[in-house]
Amino acid sequence: MPATASIFTRALKKSPWVFHVGTSGCNNCDIEIADCLTPRFDVERFGIRLVGSPRHADVMLITGPVSRACREPLQQAWLDMPRPRVGVCVGVCACSMGAYKDAYSVTGPPDKVIREVDPDAKFVYVPGCPPKPETIIMAVIKLLGEL
Amino acid sequence: MGDFAAWVFLFLVFPGIVFSTLLGLTLSWVDRKVTALVQMRRGPPASQPFWDVVKLLGKEVVVPEQSWAAGFITLPFVAFSAAALAGTLVWLALIGSPVTTVGDLIVVLYLLAIPSLAVILGGTASGNPLGAVGASRDMKLLMAYELPFVIALLVAVFQKRPVGAAEASATTLSLQGLLAFQDAAGSIISRPSGVLAFLVALLCAHAKLGFVPFDLAEAETEIGEGAVIEYSGAALGFLKLTHALLLSTLPALLVLVFWGGMGEGAGGVAGFIGKVLLIVVLFVLIKNTNPRVRIDQALRFFWGPATVVALLALILAQLGW
Repeated sequence: MPATASIFTRALKKSPWVFHVGTSGCNNCDIEIADCLTPRFDVERFGIRLVGSPRHADVMLITGPVSRACREPLQQAWLDMPRPRVGVCVGVCACSMGAYKDAYSVTGPPDKVIREVDPDAKFVYVPGCPPKPETIIMAVIKLLGEL
Repeated sequence: MGDFAAWVFLFLVFPGIVFSTLLGLTLSWVDRKVTALVQMRRGPPASQPFWDVVKLLGKEVVVPEQSWAAGFITLPFVAFSAAALAGTLVWLALIGSPVTTVGDLIVVLYLLAIPSLAVILGGTASGNPLGAVGASRDMKLLMAYELPFVIALLVAVFQKRPVGAAEASATTLSLQGLLAFQDAAGSIISRPSGVLAFLVALLCAHAKLGFVPFDLAEAETEIGEGAVIEYSGAALGFLKLTHALLLSTLPALLVLVFWGGMGEGAGGVAGFIGKVLLIVVLFVLIKNTNPRVRIDQALRFFWGPATVVALLALILAQLGW
């Protein structure tokens, strides 16, 4: 962390609030995200909280390959997040479409869809089908180190 | 000028805004830590609530296009100032400050209702349909718990009891007066009517704080945080600070009205801290062992059993129990 990092950046690292968007994945990654909140992994130790509204969030966890119906809601939810904001693509579908590549019903991947409305958006990719909770936690921690 | 500086210190630093906010943030850490322990987790570090608020103060404040911008932005600060003023009045009475205020129990009750009203107005000003749903639930909840809350507090005001040969009663609405009565005649909660009234007031304070099972105004799983859904950045930070202030003010008020405050007979400062912690832990345990109720169930509970018990306590108090 550079010495010039403001107290707000430090605070952001200490309390990243997460909003979870499922963009028509198979629900497997969503279950692994829910696992992070269980006593075994307990992400609240790092100040990470799952919030109910994108307005309260700093980090967006995205799962799934973005179907046509999810496209605009995903872009809207991203624009609803106050700056500074970052995204985490969880699972192989959200990283590179996985098994859905070239399917007629999907328009993803999510990072591309979001960069259409916000070209400067930052992302971290967590491959796996599904990724383990440890991997998701490590991704969020690494992401915060990059801020 | 010396007097003026002393007042500013009393209202802004100790026991006013700075002190009660810091205390409230610490108590909100106690809330999260005990919740974590109940769920067999480790929970956040003690500095967590402070970092949360600092982070929110540093974030962008988004004002939704369809909102009434002026009201949307100012209302969190209205909520914060009302809660801070209520906290200051309660603490001034508790520490027995020589500065007397005209604010009595009724003023504190009004000030404690303003944060809820500000959140209701802010939720409707946001122009978000889910915010409107949350605001309407909050409004019904406010009407539900205020009635038994006021009756339960009146029990302390009207409790009669024999002292020596004569019969004594506080019969005063001033906070200092209530403390003086309890110093002379023993705490309100030492009598059956006081116990009943305290339990009712505890549940009403629980609903005022918006904790489960009465968190239906902020139900994040169904209406995405309800009335505060559109708030972000510093505005949301001030709403969190308001909640922290209420979390320190309400237990302090309950201890003041029912449990003898910091009086020598009531265990002094150490006893006071223990009582406040006990009340907060009780809140957290109730919160963690009950599922959310529907709005009709909440209304039926507060206007039914809670009001009946509060009225019964008032009658018992008049009969000298």
